[in-house]
Amino acid sequence: MTPVRTAESLDLLACHPCGAVWQGAGEGEACGRCGSPLHRRKPDSLNRTWALLAAAYLMYLPANLLPVMVTSNLLTTKQDTILSGVIYFWATGAWGLAIVVFVASFLVPLFKLGALTTLVWMAQRHSPAIRPDRARLYRMVEVIGRWSMLDVFVVALLAGLVRIQGLAEVTAGLGIAAFATVVVLTMLAALSFDPRLTWDDPAPASHAVTGAVTDVITGAVPQDLPLHNRPHEPT
Amino acid sequence: MSLPRSDDLAAPIPKPTLGYAYAMPSTMQLVPHAVLCEGCDAVYSTMRLQPGETARCSRCGTELERYQGNAHKRMLPLVLAGLLMFAVANLFPIVSIVIGGQFSDTTLVGAVAALVQEGMGGVAALVLATTLLFPLLQLLVLLYLLLPQLRQPRLNQPWGFAWLVRLLQILQPWGMVEVFLLGVLVAIVKLTSSAEVIAGPALGAFVALTVLLTAILSFPPRNFWHLAFAVPAQTP
Repeated sequence: MTPVRTAESLDLLACHPCGAVWQGAGEGEACGRCGSPLHRRKPDSLNRTWALLAAAYLMYLPANLLPVMVTSNLLTTKQDTILSGVIYFWATGAWGLAIVVFVASFLVPLFKLGALTTLVWMAQRHSPAIRPDRARLYRMVEVIGRWSMLDVFVVALLAGLVRIQGLAEVTAGLGIAAFATVVVLTMLAALSFDPRLTWDDPAPASHAVTGAVTDVITGAVPQDLPLHNRPHEPT
Repeated sequence: MSLPRSDDLAAPIPKPTLGYAYAMPSTMQLVPHAVLCEGCDAVYSTMRLQPGETARCSRCGTELERYQGNAHKRMLPLVLAGLLMFAVANLFPIVSIVIGGQFSDTTLVGAVAALVQEGMGGVAALVLATTLLFPLLQLLVLLYLLLPQLRQPRLNQPWGFAWLVRLLQILQPWGMVEVFLLGVLVAIVKLTSSAEVIAGPALGAFVALTVLLTAILSFPPRNFWHLAFAVPAQTP
């Protein structure tokens, strides 16, 4: 592995909103350019992400078990959950649509929960395993997260559109509220997770530093940068 | 495509030489030619990118910088077109249906109102925010930040600049017009088996708005800072 110099090891801090890079700035100090507080890592990232994930898991069950949509016409009232909607599409021959809804509404939320749990768990243990894959996984979660809102929009539109008294009426079920909550909570969890934690090594004091890890830390430091206040200086 | 590699760091990062109008706190010093990877904390020196190039971190693959060129000059017409499409998309019905000789149609706001009536206030607020309020706010803030660029001499930091750029960054993940558009298409297909479905004028506007927003939002809000504090081109 090529030695990579980290901002941490060079005592550099980047301002998240404006991108300015500072040397020798303290945690929480205001950016000299835009005034935002500077942070080495997103504050309290692991705890916040765990809490949001736990809440999302909790809402995942009602989101999939409660009906998201109630369709009524002259004779019958039909209650649809996320999956029964997919099965209906599949049974009526709309396979493409069945796949789109199944992926966006069922697979994506499940994948997000699983991926974020893996990322937070491994970051917490400072695991050096499959780091590039974990970085890719995080970017994927960030990109696809929003698409799970699909079913919420479908139900909202149908509820607004199909309102012909007695003949055909669609109303939103409680499940869609739970489902929307899951989507928002997983998006917040993805935002609160700091991907840099995937690459962080445990503090040298823990004596858990491996060969590869010291490589990263001892990568040549530019001589003309002042070297004060460097917590990971190995000497 | 040239990627900044960690070898590029063989050259020492130059000492900060720039002075800014803000009072500088005691110990911190700006390192103007360094870029930090937001995905893994690796340090790179900034590169001059060619059109179409994107710099990615060689360790984790996170995007560091993207060639922008004069993208900001193309932004204003796009934002104005976006606002126009936004108005059409929200003032006219998206789809109408005919079931048993009876007619029904809805706008986006109509769908939100229906959810409120059914006691789904939270979901209604979420739909309203992600498809209407947030995208509208993004467009209006962009308009406000871009208009002063026309003035001579250029006014780079209109009132509320720092706060509004931050707002744009916070709103970015939550505007979901393109997801809503896919939702409309799914709903239409869902209805075709049981009703006659007629696409409304707003549907086309939503398609146009999605295309425009994709172009508009590929302009990272952070670029407003780059424009305001353009680092003098470094010629070693």
